[in-house]
Amino acid sequence: MAKNLMAKTGHLSRFILRLDRIRIPLWLFGLSFFTIIVPIAFRDLYGSQQERDAMAETMANPAMTAMVGPGDLTNYTVGAMTTHQMLLMTAAIVGLMSILLVTRHTRADEEDGRIEMVRSLPAGRLSYLNASLIVISGTSIALALIIGFGLYALGIESMDLGGSLLYGAALGGTGLVFAGVTAVFAQLSENARGTIGMSIAVLLIAYLFRAITDVSNETLSWLSPLGWVTKTEAYTSNNWGPILLMVLVTFVLFIAANYLNAVRDLERGFLPSKPGRSYASRYLQSPLGLASRLQRTGIIAWAIGLFVLGASYGSIFGDLESFFDGNDMYEQMLVQVEGFSIVDQFIPMLIIVMSLASTIPALMAINKLRGEEKKGRLEQLLGRSVSRTQLMGAYLMIAVFNGLVMLSLSAIGLWSSGNTVMEEGLSFGMVYGATMAYFPAMLVMIGISVVLIGFLPRMTNFNWIYVLYSFLVLYLGGLFQFDDWVGKLSPFGHIANAPIETVTFMPLFVLTILAVGLMIIGFIGFNKRDIEG
Amino acid sequence: MSMVKITNLTKKFGKFTALDRVNLEVNSGEIFGFIGPNGAGKSTTIRVLLGILKATDGSVKIFEKDAWDDAVEIHKRVAYVPGDVNLWPNLTGGEVIDLFVKLRGTNNKSRREELINRFDLDPTKKCRTYSKGNRQKVALIAAFSSDADLYILDEPTSGLDPLMEQVFQECVMDIKKQGKSVLLSSHILSEVEKLCDKVAIIREGSIIETGTLNELRHLTRTQILVETKQKITSLEKVKGVHEVEGTDQGLLFQVDTNELDNVMKHISSFGILKLESAPPTLETLFMRHYEGKATSVDSGVGGAN
Ligand SMILES: Nc1ncnc2c1ncn2[C@@H]1O[C@H](COP(=O)(O)OP(=O)(O)O)[C@@H](O)[C@H]1O
Ligand SMILES: [Mg+2]
Repeated sequence: MAKNLMAKTGHLSRFILRLDRIRIPLWLFGLSFFTIIVPIAFRDLYGSQQERDAMAETMANPAMTAMVGPGDLTNYTVGAMTTHQMLLMTAAIVGLMSILLVTRHTRADEEDGRIEMVRSLPAGRLSYLNASLIVISGTSIALALIIGFGLYALGIESMDLGGSLLYGAALGGTGLVFAGVTAVFAQLSENARGTIGMSIAVLLIAYLFRAITDVSNETLSWLSPLGWVTKTEAYTSNNWGPILLMVLVTFVLFIAANYLNAVRDLERGFLPSKPGRSYASRYLQSPLGLASRLQRTGIIAWAIGLFVLGASYGSIFGDLESFFDGNDMYEQMLVQVEGFSIVDQFIPMLIIVMSLASTIPALMAINKLRGEEKKGRLEQLLGRSVSRTQLMGAYLMIAVFNGLVMLSLSAIGLWSSGNTVMEEGLSFGMVYGATMAYFPAMLVMIGISVVLIGFLPRMTNFNWIYVLYSFLVLYLGGLFQFDDWVGKLSPFGHIANAPIETVTFMPLFVLTILAVGLMIIGFIGFNKRDIEG
Repeated sequence: MSMVKITNLTKKFGKFTALDRVNLEVNSGEIFGFIGPNGAGKSTTIRVLLGILKATDGSVKIFEKDAWDDAVEIHKRVAYVPGDVNLWPNLTGGEVIDLFVKLRGTNNKSRREELINRFDLDPTKKCRTYSKGNRQKVALIAAFSSDADLYILDEPTSGLDPLMEQVFQECVMDIKKQGKSVLLSSHILSEVEKLCDKVAIIREGSIIETGTLNELRHLTRTQILVETKQKITSLEKVKGVHEVEGTDQGLLFQVDTNELDNVMKHISSFGILKLESAPPTLETLFMRHYEGKATSVDSGVGGAN
C-alpha cells in the first residue's frame, strides 16, 4: 500500500529535475556566488582586526540587530563578520527560492491541470508531491555543500571547515524548512498565488518576529525559523543544534503535507473559497475595474505587510534611543551630523528598505499585464472594444497608485510605532516626506517594466534583477565601500538621504520626467507588437 | 468479463452532490458511450474511475480491482485522455508523449511514429505553442501508442478538426478490432452513434438512460416535415405528436417512433404534397432529456398556400 502511494517517485523526481534544469542551477550559482565573494571582499576591505572592530562597533546597536540579527561582535573575524552581516539576509532569499520552486511543482502544476494526467498513469497518489520534495531537498543539500566547501576553499584563516559547513547547512536548512511550509500551504490553498502569498507571509513574519525579539528577548527568537539561522553562530561557537531543529521541523511539515494531500481531492484545498457573485458589479465592468479586482487580495496583503514592516522598524527606536543615551563614545563614533538625533541617522537606511519593498507590489501590479497575456486572457479583452492603450493604462494606473499607497503605509507604520516608543516623539512630516522622496525612483522602475512589456515582453521579469541590484548596492553599498557611481546606476541612488541630507527638487523632477518618457515609449511599443501567449 | 463496474457511486463536493447513485458497466471488448450536457458529471465519474477523486459512497471497480486502492496496478493497463489537456509549457510534444508512455511502462516506438504522422503533429514544438487541438493530439498519441486494455477518453475530440476527428475514429476502431474496451465521454452524438455499442446518458449527476443504441432508439422520435393540400388541423391532439412548428417549407413536428403508423394515417387525409422524415437520432433523444420536459409549440398553421 505505502509502496503504491509512492510508486514512480524516482521517475518523477528526475522529470522535475529536467523541467528545472536551468532554474535550479541558476539559483544555486547565484546564491553561492554572492555568498562566496563576500568574505573575499571583507578580507580586502577590512583586512586588519582594528578595521573590523571599528565596523563591529557601528554594528553594536539595536537597529542593526533588528536588521541583520545578533552576531559575535567581541571577536569580529572575517568569518564572524560574514555570518553577522550576510547569513540572515541570504537565508531569507533561500527561503524565497524554496517557496517559488516548491509552489511550481505542487499547487501550480495541480491548478493548471497537469497533475491530473500524472495521476492517471501508474504513479502513486503521493508521488508527484514527494518527487518535488525530493528535488527541493536535493537542491537545499547541494546548496549547503557547495557553500560549505566553497567558503572553506577560500582559505581564510578564521573560516574553518566546521564553521563553513555549518554556514552552508544553515542556508540549506532554511531552504528545507520553507519547502515544508510551502508544501503545507500548497495543500491548504486552492491556487498557486495563495500558496506563494501565504508562504511569503510566513517568511516575512518570521523575519519581523525575529527582528523584534532579537532586540527585546533573544530566547523568544527561538520561535522563528529565521531566528535559528543566527543561533547557529557559525564561525564562532558553531552550534549545530538549530540545524537539527530545522531538519526535524522539515520532517514534520513534509509528513503533514503528505497527510493533507492524501485526504483531499485533487484540485481542492482546505481553506474555504466562498462562491463568487453571479453578476459583475458595476465597477468590475471596465478594464480598470477588472485589473484591480484581479489583484485585490494581493494588494491588501501587501498593504498590511508593508505597514507591519514599517511599524516593526519604528518599534526599535525606543531601544535605540536608550541604548545611545549617555553613551558618549558611540555618539562620537557615529560621526554625528549637527542637529540630528541618532534615530534620524538610521531612518534613511530603513526607508531605502521600505521603498524597495514597496516597489515589489507596484512592479507586480504592472507585470501582471504580461502574466495575463501569457495566460492568453488579454485576447478576450482586446477582442472586445478595449484598446491596448486603455488596457495598459489600467494596469499602469493601478501600479502607480499601488506604489503610492504602499510607500505611504510603510511610512505611516514607521512613524506611528516610532512616535509611540520615542520620548520626544517623531515628526510625521519628516518621515512621510523622506519616504515619499523615493516615489519618483519607483516610477522609473515601473516605467522600465512598461518599456519591457511594450518591446521585450519575454524579458519582463528581468526588471526584478534591477530591483535586486538596487537593493544590494544601496543597502550594502556602505559596507562594501562601493564607488558612488555604482549606486547611481539605480534610480534609488539619486534620492537624498533625508532627513540627514536635504531633498532637492531637481533629481526628483528629472526622475519623474524619465519615468514618464519610459512609460510613453512602452505604450508605443505595446500598441505596435503582437499579443502572444 | 466486466472491465468497469460502478455500483451506486455517489460523489459530493462539500454539500454539492455531483454524482448521485450512478451505476455503469463496461464489458470486455465494448465501446461505451457516455453522454450528457455540460456539468452533468461525466468528468467527475471518470476522475473517480481513475482514482483521482475519492468516491463518497458506492463501489468503483476496474478489472475487478478497487479504483482507489489499486490505482497504480490498474493504471498500468489503462490509457486516459482528459477533456482539458494541460501540458508543461517548456517541454516539446514529443517529450511529453515519451514521458507518458514511459511512465505507463509499455513502449511502442513504431506506433508512436505512425500516430504522429497520422495526427499530423509536430513533436518538436514546445507545448506552450500548441493549440487546444494539438495538446489533445499529444494526449491521444500517448494513449493510443501504449498497450492498454481499457481506454478512457473524456471528450477527446472537442478541439479537433473534422479531418482529425476521422483519424481519431479510425484509431478507436483499430482498438476495438484488437478486442480492447473504450469508455468514451462525448457530446458529439454523431461520433457516439458511429463508434459505440452501448450508451449511458447522464444528467445532473444521475444516469437517466442506458442500453444499446437499438434499445435506445425505441425511445426516440422521428422528425417529420410535411406539406399538405389542406391545412392540417388538431395535429397536437394526436397521440405521440410533439413540438409542432410551422415553417416556410411546411409543418415540422416529431413523432414517437411507436406511434408513427397512427400519425401517418391522420395526415394522409389532408393530401400529402411533400414528406420528409429524418431517422431517429441520438440527438433527438438527447435533446428530449436536455430540455427536461417537452415543450409543445402552440401553432396549428400548416398546409399549402
Ligand atoms: N472540484 C470540484 N468542486 C466542486 N464542484 C465540482 C468540482 N468538480 C466538478 N464539480 C461540479 O460537478 C458537476 C459535474 O462536473 P463535471 O463532471 O466536470 O461535468 P461534465 O464533465 O459532465 O461536463 C458540475 O456541476 C461541477 O460544477
Ligand atoms: Mg467534462
